[in-house]
Amino acid sequence: MNKIVILGAGTGGTIMANRLYKSLSKKDWEITIIDNDPIHYYQPGFLFIPFGTYKKKDVLKPKADFIPKGVKFVLNKIDRIDPKTNNVFLDGGDVISYDYLIITTGTHIKPDETPGLMDSLWRKKIFDFYTLEGSLALHEFFKTWQGGTLVSSIAEMPFKCPVAPLEFVFLADEYFTKRGIRDKVKIIYTTPLSGAFTKPKCTLVLGDLLKEKNIEVVTDFYIERIDNDTQTIHSFDGREVKFDVLSFVPVNMGADFISKSGLGDDLNYIPTNKFTLQSEQFENIFILGDTSNIPTSKAGAVVHFASEILTENMLSIFKGETPKAQFDGHANCFIETGFGKAALIDFNYDVEPLRGAFPIPILGPMKLLKPTRINHFGKLAFRWIYWNILLKGRDLPVSTNMSMKGKIVD
Amino acid sequence: MAEKIFAGVSVTVTDEGYLTIPSQWTKEIAIEIAKEEGLTLTDKHFAVIEYLRERVLKGEALTIRSIGKSGVVDTKGFYELFPGAPLKKATKIAGVAKPVSCV
Ligand SMILES: Cc1cc2nc3c(=O)[nH]c(=O)nc-3n(C[C@H](O)[C@H](O)[C@H](O)COP(=O)(O)OP(=O)(O)OC[C@H]3O[C@@H](n4cnc5c(N)ncnc54)[C@H](O)[C@@H]3O)c2cc1C
Repeated sequence: MNKIVILGAGTGGTIMANRLYKSLSKKDWEITIIDNDPIHYYQPGFLFIPFGTYKKKDVLKPKADFIPKGVKFVLNKIDRIDPKTNNVFLDGGDVISYDYLIITTGTHIKPDETPGLMDSLWRKKIFDFYTLEGSLALHEFFKTWQGGTLVSSIAEMPFKCPVAPLEFVFLADEYFTKRGIRDKVKIIYTTPLSGAFTKPKCTLVLGDLLKEKNIEVVTDFYIERIDNDTQTIHSFDGREVKFDVLSFVPVNMGADFISKSGLGDDLNYIPTNKFTLQSEQFENIFILGDTSNIPTSKAGAVVHFASEILTENMLSIFKGETPKAQFDGHANCFIETGFGKAALIDFNYDVEPLRGAFPIPILGPMKLLKPTRINHFGKLAFRWIYWNILLKGRDLPVSTNMSMKGKIVD
Repeated sequence: MAEKIFAGVSVTVTDEGYLTIPSQWTKEIAIEIAKEEGLTLTDKHFAVIEYLRERVLKGEALTIRSIGKSGVVDTKGFYELFPGAPLKKATKIAGVAKPVSCV
């Protein structure tokens, strides 16, 4: 009996459990998946909760519903792994051994990494929308807020879903407009980057949109601390931004057991071969999703594309062949721009987001790098696709590696 | 890509002025690039520069955060040494590629 152990039953772990279970013979292979939380969160939905578009019930389902019955689901916290003896140690002392290990434990917010973030105003005037509790608390705050300065800030790169804080300010612009108090709300977006986004063409488009919507952008703003008494955020180069309410993306980091096991970098991301998705250190360890250090967006869509490559490579390795499939870093993200529109970006390790039509040239129906209504429906449909197609390891009608079809190179 | 003369030596640089061949770098070149950036280099600057070169030549990616936690300099100190955009300035002076945030 060969043993595969999957660490983390979030997006990546659940997809891999489904794909591998379907592809391998039940009598030769035993698959175990470990997670400490019985609930699966639809994280992209957290963005919509502060504005009342989604409720708590829209973003939760039991993890067990998505894991095949023949896969063993262990509900416990991973304490550390010993890659030399192929053992996983759980809280309370249980040990699980493996022949092949997939690490897909994601990335999580670390608010205690920013001085002042968790002081007296935490979840009173300072919120995150990267957790369910945070986005629900912000919704309660917004319901009765009568205006002032709303600041949306990012602590550190990289963080998951790098477009989410931009979408947040676009949606806030719409929300306060519809409530009739947009003229009383000043919206400020601070980023440690030198522009609205990391990729040049996309930054131009988004920069124009921000201006159009009267959202002030403060760039190269690397936050040192937050002063709760004066309600200001301070950057390392001595600048200050005052807030009445602060929506904050805290430092994102991989799970603690990764540093404890000597596997990660300073943010607990694991060095990963960006083409084969194997660990750089250990041949029988594979890394999928937000916890890898591959240079592409940390996003569910990326996890989906990467999972197809990883499945193919693991199956080759099981047959004694060298892994041939190569991931190109394909990312495909909707960017909500407010008022029922969204933009779509499609890119990979080498090609930055371009204009054009997706997935079919000219016809689309979706347009790249341009806010349209149909893109917005794409974003809303993503929730259904996530639960019903993506998690179950089914293929989407979109190519795994990025296609240049329909893209305009200028 | 262009040729540029620093301290009497011709080196190749990117459009933004970053050395393309880290081995062409010398301390004298660093001093001249720093001058263009309006900085006079001290031993403290050089300690940071050498640390950055060491890490880049090992193939590691640089972030302000990891530099601030290195023990060589803290983040505040890094900003004081290379005001404004410390990582962009320091890597330019250290003769290594401009760090990309790719995501
Ligand atoms: C606000 C927000 C908006 C987003 N919007 C989008 C979007 O529009 N499009 C998109 O594609 N992506 C979006 N994402 C990103 C997407 O949700 C993630 O990239 C994706 O879920 C990553 O999958 P993963 O498997 O790597 O990690 P996760 O799905 O986060 O799963 C990690 C799992 O590991 C478990 N775990 C961690 N540590 C331990 C431990 N020590 N022991 C046991 N279990 C552990 C966790 O409980 C969790 O279940 C968004 C994310 C957020 C927060």
